[in-house]
Amino acid sequence: MKPTDPAITWLEEKPLGLAERLYLPLFISGLTTTARHLVSPKVTVSFPEERPTVGNPLIYRGVHRLNRDEEGRVKCVACFLCATACPAHCIDIVATESPWPDREKYPESFQIDELRCIFCGMCEEACPVDAIELTSLLDLTGKSREEMIFDKEKLLSVYDMTKDAEPMKSTALGGTL
Amino acid sequence: MSDYLPSLPTIVALVKIGLLVGGLMTAAAYLVLVERWMAAWVQDRKGPNRVGIPLTKVRLFGLGQPLADGLKIILKEDFTPRHVDKVLYTAAPLVILAASLAIFAAIPFGSSLPPIPALGLTGEEPLLVAPGLDVGVLWVFALSSIAVYGVLLGGWASNNKYGFLGGLRSSAQLVAYEIPLGLGLLGVVLAAGSLKLDTIMNAQADTGVWYAFAQPLGFLVFLVAAFAEAARLPFDLPEAEQELVGGYHTEYSGIKLLLFLVAEFLHMVTAAFLIVIMFLGGWHLWGLTGSGPVETWTVALIRFGVLSAKILGVILFFMLVRWSWPRFRFDQLMNLAWKVMLPLGLANLVTVAAVEEFRPQLVAALGEGWAKAAALGLPWAVFFIGWITAGMLTPSGTDNTPIRARGPLDIEHELVEA
Repeated sequence: MKPTDPAITWLEEKPLGLAERLYLPLFISGLTTTARHLVSPKVTVSFPEERPTVGNPLIYRGVHRLNRDEEGRVKCVACFLCATACPAHCIDIVATESPWPDREKYPESFQIDELRCIFCGMCEEACPVDAIELTSLLDLTGKSREEMIFDKEKLLSVYDMTKDAEPMKSTALGGTL
Repeated sequence: MSDYLPSLPTIVALVKIGLLVGGLMTAAAYLVLVERWMAAWVQDRKGPNRVGIPLTKVRLFGLGQPLADGLKIILKEDFTPRHVDKVLYTAAPLVILAASLAIFAAIPFGSSLPPIPALGLTGEEPLLVAPGLDVGVLWVFALSSIAVYGVLLGGWASNNKYGFLGGLRSSAQLVAYEIPLGLGLLGVVLAAGSLKLDTIMNAQADTGVWYAFAQPLGFLVFLVAAFAEAARLPFDLPEAEQELVGGYHTEYSGIKLLLFLVAEFLHMVTAAFLIVIMFLGGWHLWGLTGSGPVETWTVALIRFGVLSAKILGVILFFMLVRWSWPRFRFDQLMNLAWKVMLPLGLANLVTVAAVEEFRPQLVAALGEGWAKAAALGLPWAVFFIGWITAGMLTPSGTDNTPIRARGPLDIEHELVEA
C-alpha cells in the first residue's frame, strides 16, 4: 500500500499551543493532578481486616455448595450433567439408587476438586434441578491438596453456612425451586 | 600523653561526621519508604502500611518497612557475573557512595550551635563538617562529578549492553547538565561573593531576599539541572527500566545494588540541600529565625528545623514530579540542555553580573528603595522574556509529523512507475 493511498487516513499531530510551548503551565497542571490524587480516597482493600464488597452475590462465582430441598435432603439427582459440562473435569460423582420415591438416583459421593476448578459456573448452568450453585465466598484456603477436595458433606455444610445470607438463586433468577 | 589524644577540633569533626553519616543513611532508608508512600498515594493506593515492630503485631503505619527492605537486600545473594571486570565492578558502588557521602563535608546541615563552654567550645560551632573550607561549592561540584564516574564505571565494568548504554547515557546527560547547573550556581556565587555555602545562606538571611526571588531564571535553570544531575524523572534515562532493564546497575545485586540505590538517594538529598541552601534561603524564614550569629539553643534548633523542613519539602517535590511527568526522549533531553538551559543560564548570569556591577550607580540615581526594586525587577523581566523566547523558539525538540510525501516506499513506487 502506498503512503498516498486514499484508504489511509493520516492523522496529524496537533500543533503545540502557547501553554504547551511555554511548558511550565502544563507542568503546573500535571502537578495539580498528582497532588489531587495524593489526597483523594484510596481504593485499596486491606484484606483480612476489611472485606471486599461483592457486587451481586447472585452472579458471583465463588466456592460451590450443594443445595438441600425442604426436607433437608440433597437436591442432586446424580444426572452427571455438571460433571459433563465441567471443562476442568473437577467434579467426581458416584451415583446410586435413590432411597426416596421422588427420584431414581442420588449421589453416594460428590467430590469437587477446588484446586482444579476454574470457577466458570458451567456446572451451575447445567444443573437441571438447581442443586449445585456457586456462592460468593471468595477466600478459599487450605493446608493440603487433600483438604481442597470438597466432598458431599462439606459442600452441604457450605449450603448450611451460606443459606441465610444467600438464599437459593433459582427463585431469584426465575428458575425452578 | 596529651599528644596521643586527638585534639578537640578533631573530636568535634568526628562527632559531626558520625551524626551526618548516621543521619543520612537513616534518612535515605526512610526516604525510600516516603517515596513508596508517595507512589502509592498518587496512584490511589495505600502503600506499605503493614511492617511495624518485628515479632509483634504493632504496625506503626509501616514505619518498620525500611528495616525489612534493608535486611532483605543485604541477605540476598551478592552475585558477580563471570564476564565482568572484577576490580572496576567492585569499585564502582564504593566510588559512587564514597563520593556522595564526601560531598556532605562541605554542606551545612544547620546554622550553628551556641558556644558550649563545658566542653571547651568557646566559639559558635558551625553545623558543618569542614567549616574552614573556603571552596565549598567547588568541593561539592568536584565530588558530584566523581559520583558520575561511579555510574560510568558500573555501566562499563558490567560488560553488558544495557549497563553500557545506561552508563553512556548518563555520561552524556550528566556532562551536558553540569553546565546549566554551574551557570545557575555562578549567579548565586556572584551575588553572595563567596564560594562558602554558609556565607551564601547568611547573605540571604541578611537581606531577607532569597536568591530564588532575586534570580528566578537561575533558580529555574538550577532546578532543572539538579533534577537531571540526580537522574530523577523526568530525566532518569540512565536507568530507564522500560528501555534498559536496570541501566548501569543491571548486573548488580545484593549489597552492591544497595550501595548504588543509597547513593542515588543521596544524590537527590544533595540536590535538595543545594537548592534550599543556594536558592531558598537555607535556614532562614522571615520573622522566625532572625539573622546573624546564634546566641541561644532555641534559635539553633529553630534554624535546624527550618532547614530540614525545607529540604523535606524539596524532596517531596522531587517525588511528586516523578509521578507527574513522563520521561524525556534523549534528543529532547539534549535539546533542553544545550538549546534552552544553557542560553537561559547565560542570560541569568549576565543579568546578575550587570545588577551587581551597577548597583552603586543605581542607588545613586534612583535612591535606596527604587534601586532595590530595580535590582529585583530586572531579573524577573529577563526571566519572562527568556522563558517566552525559549518556549517559542524551541517548542519540543524534534518534529514528529510523518514525512509522507518522500517516504522510502514512495520512492520505490516512483521508480517502478518510471
